[in-house]
Amino acid sequence: MTVSDGTLAFSGDLGIDSVAGLPHDLGDASRIDISDVGHLDTAGAWFVLDCKRRLRRQDEIPVEGASWAQRQILDAVSQNMPPEDSPPPQRAGLAERIERFGRATVGFARIAVELTGFLGQVVATMGGIVMHPRRLRITSLVHHMQDTGLNAVPIVVLMSFLIGVVLAFQGAAQLRQFGAEVFVVDLIAIAVLRELGILLTAIIVAGRSGSAFTAAIGSMKMREEVDAMRTLGLDPIAILVVPRVLALMLMLPVLGFLADVAGLLGGAMMAWIELGVSPAVFQSRLVANTDVWHFLVGIIKAPFFALIVGVIGCYEGLKVGGNADSLGRLTSTSVVVAIFMVIVVDAIFSIFFAIVGV
Amino acid sequence: MARDDDSIIKVRGLKKSFGTHVVHEGLDLDVRRGEIIGIVGGSGTGKSVLLQQIVGLLKPDAGRIEVFGESVRDTSPDEYRRLRRRWGVMFQDGALFSSLTVRQNVEAPMREQLHLPDDLRETLAGIKVRMVGLPENAQDKYPSELSGGMRKRAGFARAIALDPEIVFLDEPTAGLDPIGAAAFDRLIGQLQSALGLTVFMVTHDLDSLHAICDRVAVLAEKRVLAVGTMAEMLKIDHPWVREYFHGPRARAALGPDATDEVG
Repeated sequence: MTVSDGTLAFSGDLGIDSVAGLPHDLGDASRIDISDVGHLDTAGAWFVLDCKRRLRRQDEIPVEGASWAQRQILDAVSQNMPPEDSPPPQRAGLAERIERFGRATVGFARIAVELTGFLGQVVATMGGIVMHPRRLRITSLVHHMQDTGLNAVPIVVLMSFLIGVVLAFQGAAQLRQFGAEVFVVDLIAIAVLRELGILLTAIIVAGRSGSAFTAAIGSMKMREEVDAMRTLGLDPIAILVVPRVLALMLMLPVLGFLADVAGLLGGAMMAWIELGVSPAVFQSRLVANTDVWHFLVGIIKAPFFALIVGVIGCYEGLKVGGNADSLGRLTSTSVVVAIFMVIVVDAIFSIFFAIVGV
Repeated sequence: MARDDDSIIKVRGLKKSFGTHVVHEGLDLDVRRGEIIGIVGGSGTGKSVLLQQIVGLLKPDAGRIEVFGESVRDTSPDEYRRLRRRWGVMFQDGALFSSLTVRQNVEAPMREQLHLPDDLRETLAGIKVRMVGLPENAQDKYPSELSGGMRKRAGFARAIALDPEIVFLDEPTAGLDPIGAAAFDRLIGQLQSALGLTVFMVTHDLDSLHAICDRVAVLAEKRVLAVGTMAEMLKIDHPWVREYFHGPRARAALGPDATDEVG
């Protein structure tokens, strides 16, 4: 690229590989000559036309020496040049940030309203099924019970057993200072039965099944299967959502119970090894000192947690749009929101039971 | 048949089977530089499979495929990379990356293959998006927000992002309304002459075959049964070819005169 006698002359190949390296300084030219250019592609044509635009004077600057093929490319590109004074992208100022924050808040409130509406729809559909039990999809229900319940047993039991072990171990270290080792039984029993067993089970199920619900329903939504159901007069809530939510509500108490048993076993084992509390002592102290209400408080919460995890998982699945990105995003949202809501509701239950006095 | 030296794609003795199902056997095909060739054939005759083998997505069982005089099969990864830059592929329904905007989709091949400053890349991608006739406000939209026709245009823009010498189009007009399909045909024709492209097009659209294809290749009986202009196709006496080019749809597309004079 050279400028001499008012002529901007290019030579060699002018293509997408070379335009980035060309100088920006054009000097002062009144005509452009490309007769020495070998291969010219759209990027090269853009560069020539951009030079022409930047050199603009009173009269049009001619581009000379183009072959027929080069003329074709120049014409095609010149009709599609970017608009000349495109405004630079604006940096987000304080006002925009506040606006974004406001929109996010309103969006959050709207989601809460929608989610409540969806919960109502699911409960109403369930009510309809109670009135007409034949509408219940038994096969689907059993399938989901196996998937969310039976298949989750090993991980739930293992996790809970380990939690029992950890509690006994940590509790023993503290209680030994007061010579109150035997209270480790009460510690384990109350912590596992009342809170940890069911809470951690619900969190595992949210990660395991809630995300699976979102992904399964979301990919059906993406392939328009859900729309197809609606046109066939099938209710996606009755077919897709209710069996999943119901299966979870039936299985989570069972999983919670297994988690309780495993947690107590783990605790008892550690108490025996670490503190010498024999299984017989552990058992008699457990029966004598632990009110059955501790167990009931835990198990009562299970169906509510199941409802939260199931409804949020299905709701996020039905919100999936046309692209793969939204499926991934909503799956992770579903898990995060479900776990968060489970903990919030657990806190509310704690307050409730404290007031009631059990 | 084309002389060997002006063939940009040369396929010789291609064989491909999936399990016991033989798709191609002894398939020969030449594509000349600068032409638009239409590949037709019944469902399951392996039109898309042929396309995928030429661009190296599928490996043929036997035979030779040369593009730009180099064998696609026996290239090193580096050579394949270099070769791949010289062609662009548009898949059915665009196959756009759903998490990127239209312009980012067009920028994607530039980003991978070249080291360009961001603003230059954006400008060049913008030119390509405008070239395929998408409105200015479509540049920052996501594929899911576009209609089927616009997605195809965006896919075409991505295929020509690096100014390839060959573009492979898989059913470019399928699923478009007649007006949209005709507009897409015109677009292919315009860009082909403006950019000097060679176009390899798998299609079922008799209107596009008639309107823009220089030659047509018919795939049947596991090979290329016939290659030639539309006028030559009409004279071929083979049951499937006759059925295809003389059927009621063909008559509508080509006009009654074209089919009657030989029929």
